[in-house]
Amino acid sequence: MQQTRMVEIAVGFFVACGMAALFVLAMKVSNIASIGSDDGYTSTAHCDNIGGLKVRAPVRIGGVLIGRVSNVGFDEKTYQAVVTLRIEKAYQQLPVDSSASIFTAGLLGEQYVSLEPGGADTYYKDGDSIKLTQSALVMEQLIGRFLFQKASEGTAKSEGTVK
Amino acid sequence: MPDAMIDSLQGLGRKALSFFERLGRAHLFLWRVLTGLPQAFARPGLLVAQLYSVGVLSMVIIVVSGLNVGMVLGLQMYNTLSDFGSEESLGQVVALSLVRELGPVVAALLFAGRAGSALTAEIGLMKATEQLAGMEMMAVDPLKRVVVPRFIAGLISMPLLAAIFSAVGVMGGYFVGVGLLGVDSGAFWSTMQSRVDWHEDVLNGIIKSVAFGFVAAWIAVFEGYDAMPTSEGVSRATTRTVVHTALAVLGLDFILTALMFGVD
Repeated sequence: MQQTRMVEIAVGFFVACGMAALFVLAMKVSNIASIGSDDGYTSTAHCDNIGGLKVRAPVRIGGVLIGRVSNVGFDEKTYQAVVTLRIEKAYQQLPVDSSASIFTAGLLGEQYVSLEPGGADTYYKDGDSIKLTQSALVMEQLIGRFLFQKASEGTAKSEGTVK
Repeated sequence: MPDAMIDSLQGLGRKALSFFERLGRAHLFLWRVLTGLPQAFARPGLLVAQLYSVGVLSMVIIVVSGLNVGMVLGLQMYNTLSDFGSEESLGQVVALSLVRELGPVVAALLFAGRAGSALTAEIGLMKATEQLAGMEMMAVDPLKRVVVPRFIAGLISMPLLAAIFSAVGVMGGYFVGVGLLGVDSGAFWSTMQSRVDWHEDVLNGIIKSVAFGFVAAWIAVFEGYDAMPTSEGVSRATTRTVVHTALAVLGLDFILTALMFGVD
C-alpha cells in the first residue's frame, strides 16, 4: 500500500513537471502572452512600397514599441499596399497629422513601422487612416537611382566640355 | 550453378516475405492494441505503475541531457553569433532549435534507449517464461493486461518528456549565455519571445513528440510481443527496438518537418 502511494506520488510529480515545462514553453519561451492584448485600436496606412514588412512587425514611436502590424493588404483602386496597425490601448493620443515610415532595424534587421508624431490637437480614432506615409527603402532602387544620377552628371559634364 | 542461383533467389524471397509478414503482424497488433485502449482506462492502477517505470524513471536522463544539450547549444551558437555581433539572438536560436527539433527528436531517441528497450525486454521475458500464455489460460487477455497499459504510458510520457527536455534545455542555454558569457538577460528572453511562436513552433513540436511517442511505444511493445521466446530472441528484440525506433523517429522527423515548416 505504502509503495503504491510512493509510485503514485512519483507519477504525479512527473506529470506536474511535464505540465510545468509546457507552461514555461508557452509563457516564457513563446509569444502566447502577447497575443492576448487584443484590445487597442487599429489604423491603416497606404504606402507605395512596404519592402519586406511582415504581419506582427513592431510599430514604434521614438523606438518604443506601441503596437504591431496586424494585416498587410493591397488596395486595387489605388494600387497601394495597405498596412493595418494595431496600436495598444495605452497610447491613445496620436495626433492626426502623424506620419508613418517603414524603417529597417540595423543593416540586416527586420523592418518596422515608425510613427512620427505631428502637432495637431485631434487624435486618431479606431479605423482612421494615416495620411502621411513614407515607403520602405529598397536597396536596388536606391542603388539604381544613385547610378542614374552619376550617369546623368557624367553626361552633363561631358556636354559642358564640348561646348 | 543454376541451383545456387535459385537457392539465393529463394533466400531473397524468404527474407522479403518474412519482412512483409512482420509488417503485417505489426499493424494487426497495433489494431488490436488500439481497440483495447478504452478498457485500459478502466484499470488506472496498471497505467500508473507503467507511467512510473516509463515516464518517471526516464526523467533523470532527460533532464541531464536536456541541460547539457542546452548548454552546448548556448556555447557553440555564441561563438558563431558573436562573429556577426548578434549575441542577443542566442535565446532565439537556442529556443527554436530545442522546441522545433532537438527536444522531440533527442527525447525520443533517449526514450527508446531508456524506456523502449526495457518495455521490449520485459514483455519478451514474460513471453519466454510463458507468463503471457499463463494469463491466457486464466482467461486474462495479455494484450489488455500487459501491452496496452505500457503503450498508453509511452504515448503519454513522450510529449511530457520532450517538453521537459526543451524547457530544461532553454534553462541550460540561459545559464551558459547569460551566466557565463555575459549576454544581456532581457535581450535573451525578448528575442526568444519575439521569434518563437506558440502555434507555429511550440505546438508543432508537441505534435512531433506525440507522433514519436506513438511510434516508439508501438515498436517497443510489438518487438517484445513478437520476440522469439528464448534469451537470444529477447536480446535481439531489444536491440531491434532501439535501432528501429531511432530510424523511424529520424525518418518521421524529416517528413513532419517538411510538412510543418517546409511548405511556406
